[in-house]
Amino acid sequence: MTLRRTLLSGTAAALVAMAGSAAFAQDMAGPNGEQLAENQTFTYRVLDEFPSIDPNLIEDVEGSAIGRNLFEGLMNQDSEGNVVPGVATGYEVSDDGLTYTFNLRPEAMWSNGEPVTAQDFVYSWQRAADPATASEYQWYMGLMAIENVDAVMAGEMDPSELGVTAVDDHTLEVRLTQALPYFPQMVTHTTTFPVPQSVIEEHGDAWTQPGNMVGNGAYVLEERVPQERIVLTKNENYWDAENVYLDTVTALIINDENQALTRYLAGELDQTDMPAGQFPRLSEEYPTEAISVPNLCTYYYNVNLTDAGLPALQEASVREALSLAIDRDVIVDSVLAGGQVPAFSLTHWATAGFEVPESDVMSMTQEERNARAQELMAEAGYGTDGEPLEIEILYNTSDAHRSVAVAIGQMWQQTLGVTTTLANQEWQTFLTTRGEKQYPGVARAGWCADYNEASSFLDIMQSDSGYNDSGFASEEYDSLMAEARTAEDPLPLYQQAEEIIMAEHPILPIYFYSTVFMLDDTIKGWPLENAQDNWYAKDLYRVAGE
Amino acid sequence: MFSYILRRLAVAVPTLLILVVFSFVLMFAAPGGPFNSERPLPPQIMQNIEARYGLDQPYWKQMVDYVVNVVTRFDFGPSFQYRDRSVNDIIRQGFPVTLTYGLWSALVAVIVGVALGVVAAIRQNSWVDYSAVGISIGAQALPNFVMGPILVLVFTLWLGWLPGGGWRGGQWEYVILPVIALSTSYMASIARITRSSMLEVLNSNFIRTAMAKGLPMRRVILRHALKPALLPVLSYLGPAIVGMITGSVVVDVIFSTGGIGQFFVNSAFNRDYAVIMGITILVGALTIGFNLLVDILYAWIDPKIRY
Repeated sequence: MTLRRTLLSGTAAALVAMAGSAAFAQDMAGPNGEQLAENQTFTYRVLDEFPSIDPNLIEDVEGSAIGRNLFEGLMNQDSEGNVVPGVATGYEVSDDGLTYTFNLRPEAMWSNGEPVTAQDFVYSWQRAADPATASEYQWYMGLMAIENVDAVMAGEMDPSELGVTAVDDHTLEVRLTQALPYFPQMVTHTTTFPVPQSVIEEHGDAWTQPGNMVGNGAYVLEERVPQERIVLTKNENYWDAENVYLDTVTALIINDENQALTRYLAGELDQTDMPAGQFPRLSEEYPTEAISVPNLCTYYYNVNLTDAGLPALQEASVREALSLAIDRDVIVDSVLAGGQVPAFSLTHWATAGFEVPESDVMSMTQEERNARAQELMAEAGYGTDGEPLEIEILYNTSDAHRSVAVAIGQMWQQTLGVTTTLANQEWQTFLTTRGEKQYPGVARAGWCADYNEASSFLDIMQSDSGYNDSGFASEEYDSLMAEARTAEDPLPLYQQAEEIIMAEHPILPIYFYSTVFMLDDTIKGWPLENAQDNWYAKDLYRVAGE
Repeated sequence: MFSYILRRLAVAVPTLLILVVFSFVLMFAAPGGPFNSERPLPPQIMQNIEARYGLDQPYWKQMVDYVVNVVTRFDFGPSFQYRDRSVNDIIRQGFPVTLTYGLWSALVAVIVGVALGVVAAIRQNSWVDYSAVGISIGAQALPNFVMGPILVLVFTLWLGWLPGGGWRGGQWEYVILPVIALSTSYMASIARITRSSMLEVLNSNFIRTAMAKGLPMRRVILRHALKPALLPVLSYLGPAIVGMITGSVVVDVIFSTGGIGQFFVNSAFNRDYAVIMGITILVGALTIGFNLLVDILYAWIDPKIRY
């Protein structure tokens, strides 16, 4: 920002204090000179009550959005997902890549007027790693490879031994046990945000209630009614408050997405997710409001490679045939119809710094794929002219998953003569069955990146990964991933790892997710290019309607 | 009468205990757990969390500790899913919401249902009767998960008269649609029960006597027929009111009221053991309480019944 603009907006802010905000908003211009609406509020829909809004405990996507508005980490993401300064103005990395030194801006303040110091980050990180906190996101601290983190998490070492220190009030030093090229990306995650020690010690678990909660983000917690709403208002103590436009951000908890859509259309909401299959109709009716953007998640089927799985599925050629016979275009265009992209590999195409490796299968037509699949199946001796094969598709209860399973079942039947049975289970039961690999055929899976880097996808197929529900084990794969962790340029290694998956077919990739939602066309600043959909209310503003 | 009430209350205690044991067994028998998630937690972290919530103890000990905490301190424990609130908080915040729209629904259902039923019975086989029966069958056949969205479509999207959801501390415009959606099918049942029992009463000897004495119709109905005709309605009301005030999940989901029903269902899916238990006990206690109340009212209305 130029000095001139700072001065101008400073003067304007002083005028507001005298003249009242309504008159001011009318004359105020947005970041690109647009005329702003008088009403600077944003109301959006969330699916369910937040398990927690304590940054160290937040475990869901919607809670993270609240966390990003109430708190600010060392680094933020811009509208394209790039790392930009947050509380830290920048950082230095040691030559070996193991020590990061973050410089904190002195003007950063808590909403109670206290300064944000390096010590606040030290306290937060120790708290997140401390077994006594019992955070489900403790593992994230482990992922960051901070010195001593494993011993601290195991309770063998005091949290104060964690490799993070406040050199002075505005300098934070982090020591890692391995060089992580994407470390700065990782500190945009809510688990790493600072928390106010004095407030937590005073109120205990109740520190996240309105009235008690103190944050360092652009907004403060105004109201929280469980299963109904959460209201945030602008934090005047935020260091960059003069460039924050929205004064109220409200999340309404609406379980039913169709109800949410009706209420959006009635003008009660500015943003809501779209029910599956509605995108074609809504984008025709509301072309400026219906939006589809890539979302860093991949939908696939696990194939059970353990003894509990069908013998036929232990043959890579049978798995390949099954994969080839899935007409992904039909699934994304007809079944889901929300801008999803067919997937033949695991890592989402929009992942930063990643390119999906070239492969023949992608350039083939579906007829060619089907012909190849029939050949492979005939060679293996199953299907139409061979031994009958019956595969169970296990999925967690949901209309969308059923539709996909029905479509795939028909494709396998028609192309390969393989019959399928559908089995659906309620979520927790499903997780147990799939996690213990007690399914005979294939099981539906979806994986979303925790951070915008290919390893966030590829890690799950490592033999010791907790999410490797196929029971896939490849030494070559594991060593490629280990090598990639410290490689200067990990892309070729990632691509080789992908090629192993594409050759062995431990999973049958189906599509790359997209997020489809309705966004009121007066709301601007939504980070459409941020593939993780990490939005910050401080970047949003409402322009005056024409 | 007094000793009867005492006896009933004494039976309620073991009943609730059996309920607790039964729910615990079912809960632990269900696969999964409160901290299972898509990304399985490393064993060390799982241990830390389970230790914090006492889930590492043997089942019997968890159960005994739970009962002791509830009985001695009225403490239903922390929620496993909603990390920054206790079960007591959840009930304290959600139950008044459900109670408000539940009681309003009960009131509307009884008043409209009884009125419809009585009118239909008096004018049996007339167009009044047919339309009352038609309305009630229609209302009962239309489930509230269909009715709710239609109400929102009409009153929020098309007419713009009422908000499509939310609660805002129970302001009247937020209460109307949930009450209509919840009360309709109960109203329909009450109308049908009232109609048939009214018809039966109207054909009985004492009504014929009253008519023969030349009493005005209005007086016969209100003074003599209504009270006995309402007995079957009363026995239906016990469980119906509990059903209404312990939350229609559907109403909570569609209108986002923040009531207890939504927590009940979510807690079962999330395996949030403490919330499941807390709300089960609440519902159990209410069921026992309302059934007792109905029995007492029965004795008051029907002179043939004495305890």
